[in-house]
Amino acid sequence: MKIKALCCAALFLLSACDKTPAPETSFAGLGSEAADFTQVVPGKVFSFPEDHGPHPGFRIEWWYVTANLKDDQGNVFGVQWTLFRNALKAGPTQPGWHDSTVWLGHAAVTSATRHYAAERLARGGVGQAGAQAVPFNAWIDDWNFATHPGAASPLADMQLKASGAQFAYDLRLTSSRPLVLQGDKGYSRKSDQGQASYYYSQPFFTASGSVSLDGQTYQVSGPAWLDREWSSQPLSASQTGWDWFSLHLDRGEQLMLFRVRQKDGGGYLTGTWIDAQGHTETLHNADIQLTPLATTGIDGRSIPTHWSLKIPGKQLDITIQAVNPKAWMSLSIPYWEGPVRFEGGVGYLEMTGY
Amino acid sequence: MAVSCRWMRAEMALFYWTLRALVSHWRRHPVQFFSVLTGLWLATALLTGVQALNSQARDSYARASQLIGGEPQASLNAPDAASFPQALFAQLRRAGWPVSPVVQERLVLKGHEQQRLQLMGIDPVSLPGSGSVAGQRLSQAQMLAFFTPPGRTWVAAQTLQALGLHEGDQPQTVNGHTLPPLQVQADMAPGLLLTDIAFAQPLLHMQGQLSRLLLDNTFAARRPTPPAALQLKQGEDNNLARLTESFHLNLDALGFLSFVVGLFIVHAAIGLALEQRRGLLRTLRACGVSARMLILSLGVELGVLSLLGGLLGIASGYVLASLLLPDVAASLRGLYGAEVPGQLSLSPWWWLAGLGLSLLGALLAGASSLWRAARLPLLALANAQAWHEAHGRWLRRQGWVASAALLIALLALWLGDSLAAGFVLMAALLLGAALGLPVLLNGLLKAMLGRSRAVLGQWFLADCRQQLPALSLALMALLLALAANIGAGSMTSGFRQTFNHWLEQRLTAELYLNPQNPAQAEQLNAWLARQPLVQAVLPTWQAAVQLQGWPADVFGVVDDPTYRQHWPLLEAANAPWDRLLQDDSVMLSEQLARRLNVQLGDTLSIPTPQGSWAPQIVGIYADYGNPKGHLLVNARHLLAHWPTLLPARFNLRVAPQNVPALVGEVQRAFALEDNRIVDQQQLKGWSSQVFERTFAATAALNSLTLGVAGVALFISLLTQSQSRLGQLAPLWALGVTRRQLMLLNLGQTWLLALLTLILALPLGLLLAWCLDAVINVQAFGWRLPLQVFPWQLAQLLGLAMVATLLASAWPLWQLYRSRPADLLRTFAHED
Repeated sequence: MKIKALCCAALFLLSACDKTPAPETSFAGLGSEAADFTQVVPGKVFSFPEDHGPHPGFRIEWWYVTANLKDDQGNVFGVQWTLFRNALKAGPTQPGWHDSTVWLGHAAVTSATRHYAAERLARGGVGQAGAQAVPFNAWIDDWNFATHPGAASPLADMQLKASGAQFAYDLRLTSSRPLVLQGDKGYSRKSDQGQASYYYSQPFFTASGSVSLDGQTYQVSGPAWLDREWSSQPLSASQTGWDWFSLHLDRGEQLMLFRVRQKDGGGYLTGTWIDAQGHTETLHNADIQLTPLATTGIDGRSIPTHWSLKIPGKQLDITIQAVNPKAWMSLSIPYWEGPVRFEGGVGYLEMTGY
Repeated sequence: MAVSCRWMRAEMALFYWTLRALVSHWRRHPVQFFSVLTGLWLATALLTGVQALNSQARDSYARASQLIGGEPQASLNAPDAASFPQALFAQLRRAGWPVSPVVQERLVLKGHEQQRLQLMGIDPVSLPGSGSVAGQRLSQAQMLAFFTPPGRTWVAAQTLQALGLHEGDQPQTVNGHTLPPLQVQADMAPGLLLTDIAFAQPLLHMQGQLSRLLLDNTFAARRPTPPAALQLKQGEDNNLARLTESFHLNLDALGFLSFVVGLFIVHAAIGLALEQRRGLLRTLRACGVSARMLILSLGVELGVLSLLGGLLGIASGYVLASLLLPDVAASLRGLYGAEVPGQLSLSPWWWLAGLGLSLLGALLAGASSLWRAARLPLLALANAQAWHEAHGRWLRRQGWVASAALLIALLALWLGDSLAAGFVLMAALLLGAALGLPVLLNGLLKAMLGRSRAVLGQWFLADCRQQLPALSLALMALLLALAANIGAGSMTSGFRQTFNHWLEQRLTAELYLNPQNPAQAEQLNAWLARQPLVQAVLPTWQAAVQLQGWPADVFGVVDDPTYRQHWPLLEAANAPWDRLLQDDSVMLSEQLARRLNVQLGDTLSIPTPQGSWAPQIVGIYADYGNPKGHLLVNARHLLAHWPTLLPARFNLRVAPQNVPALVGEVQRAFALEDNRIVDQQQLKGWSSQVFERTFAATAALNSLTLGVAGVALFISLLTQSQSRLGQLAPLWALGVTRRQLMLLNLGQTWLLALLTLILALPLGLLLAWCLDAVINVQAFGWRLPLQVFPWQLAQLLGLAMVATLLASAWPLWQLYRSRPADLLRTFAHED
């Protein structure tokens, strides 16, 4: 789940997530048009491979991959790849440059001591960026997430590629497990007011390939996670940011959980427990005890990079630590995103609104 | 404390009274006051005017080249500057090239058919570098507003004003398409409309087509290999400033010439004022005013004068620049395709710099006077003729300086190989001639004196020599101005004749067709072959290249008698056209040959998509007025290296009476825009127009210099006429009538002026030679034959004589009107 995008992408890169108010009035109109976009309602039946491709009726959508990687010497790396689709207006889009879609790409590589992030922006309609279901391909410039030709099923064998000024990666992602529908059969609530998205994941990818940092290349492998999500509604005004976790447990289970923080100090906390066979169980506020333990100061902000997580029902009691506490994404929307580790597993953490 | 305060007050009072005493002189001699002021005014006006023109133009180039990303951007272009499919954009982006699409074409707005406008369409999202446009980084909201309907058309305030439109207006093209609402942007280039590519493509009929791809400069610096259909052009290669450098240097040189002439006037007037105030200065010193205080007072006086003159000068400079700007803008557009707005907009720096120049000039011109005042002997007898007596010594010294300057000129000619050296040559030549003038005149008069027997005749010549020191500066100014006029006039007329002759030979085809796009080129080619009216079709292929960093166009032509008979060659190998047809050979323009320093028989290295190409040079031809390099090869050879090219132009041989009929046929069959069908007459008309406009500003500045020299002479004569009384009174007392005196005086002035003018003739022709054979070669790369136009010379000389006559008329009239009592009084007042 990538709640950041749910908020930010909807407002097309507005610094709304950065706590500063939206200055331009031209965007205000966007909110009122929300009703013209297709709405997220419970009961949708997912259909693949079509749902791997874009859903133009919805305002926002993303393809999002994280990977926890390691080389032979035991160096730890985290890799992130995200493509956002943002529709600037509802209704059928026009061809060529009149297309009203804007695409946004984020990519990052994190090691214990280094963290590099890059951003790409493109207009739809002319082929610079886009996504298609068959054969599956999502791209912006030379950043690519695509099915290898001859793969057994659409997401069974993928190539993931991106680069920035100081980093590059080229990974092969494979999986034979079924996809996981998050929330209620893919209907994922974000608040008690009804904000929601369609949300499915592939948490069982195995990644292998090369990661380059400052000109040095490492051969790496490790687990990877794909999130697919689309919606038309931004978060409610009272929600200030979120903390989102995707965790690969060594014992084969996977865990996704997020907390949307509210102005009044409360939060909407939920998650999905995925067993080794891919069976899911929704976790609610009462099932989860999530507590920040320590913070890191970055850019004058105080970011919790050390957490305690307890899920008594699953006999889980772990302390989660950032691999690199300085994994700050200093992009047009700044946020924290990086690999984490804990006794018995690895994962990814994303935090916004700090 | 009290003591120092009282002392201060006493000093202030002293300063005040000293200054008042000094200034009283100007009250009694308003003419001198106005001559100093006029000198400063003219000097500042012309120089600041020229600088205003240059800075306006340079600012426009900077705006154009810095429009995207704040610096000239590298780009990918089709070799023949044709449009190419948009699909290449996404293809390159997906291969990791940081490119951004651009469409740009001429656009004609309905109701503004005479306005030259370019419409540029960009994609603000993919811009390279800092991503800034027209000096500002777009916020995401601005970006959205730019490309979501109705969009924006950015325009410079001057261009909007020139169009008579307002912000928010949505003008229509001649084809009836509507532009997005106009919005003024501070740093927009003049004559340019900038809008999103989504709106620009349909407006320009370029759907699915691009004009070029901007490429990130850092990426381009690694010299990546572009895809087959495109070639890479580095950012600095686009720089207009480079092409127009010589043009502006020439304007600068003219401005400085006027500045120097103006300062001559100031120098003369201040020197004279000092001479006349000698007695006053001595009295002041004798009264206890310290030398320091005297210099301070004189300095303050000079400062105030220069400030006044400077203010006047800047104001007039502004007016002058705004009057000349349309011509300058037109020549820049015609010659270089550079857009410069027709309205001046100058920074506060320009005004300050103008004042600074005036102050500096006044200081330069007045320095020697201040120096002499400081060294004024306190107790020496009043001797107004002191410097006249020292004149012999002074003349000898000046003779040496003149010789040194002429030696420098010779050295510059011999050793120099740059435009700067060319200007050093001209400056040294002018300086040497000007300084040598009094020496030469003195010698001439002395020689004539030896031959004269009549008493009055001897007096006439001796008195002429006596007058020389006072008039020499004005005469120098006259010499300089006239020589500059003769030089520039001969050069311009010679150039015009050469140019017209060349144009006549070169433009042989009766009709020129430029196809809109490659597809049309093919259709046109096939269609033209079937037309009975067409006697011959000469298609031309074109590829843009950079040779040692200099932009050039390679033209591929077919073998045809038209070229063999009508393409004039300055230098050629044996049977050049046969060799061009058969061998791997090339012809190139004179200026390109000079720039690359190549000669007949050398091989040239031309970068092509297939690697370097090294044809041999078999001919060099004139290509006047083209700032870019020009190369001619056989089409077969060109297409071997650029296989994807299609004809860029068709030159048609048609019987002249059939031209209108054929134009009609072409328009019926192809709906070509008017500017894509050009007949010979139109082309010749345009070329001559560009030529005339180029020299219009030069000619205007030139006549102004002559005017300045006339003023200098007038002022010198006027200031002198009063001191002349003392010399004329004895003659009057001896029985020479006032009428005779006046005629004698007129004769003297005319003799001096005539001698100066006669000396100006060879100097002017020498200058013309310098311009033809040195300055033109260095600045533009072409050498012009020296041509003498006697009628033009006679006219100029006549004009100069009339100026002399006018300048001497008023002072002489005053002399004629002087009462006998005045003449008598001079005896009484003699010290």
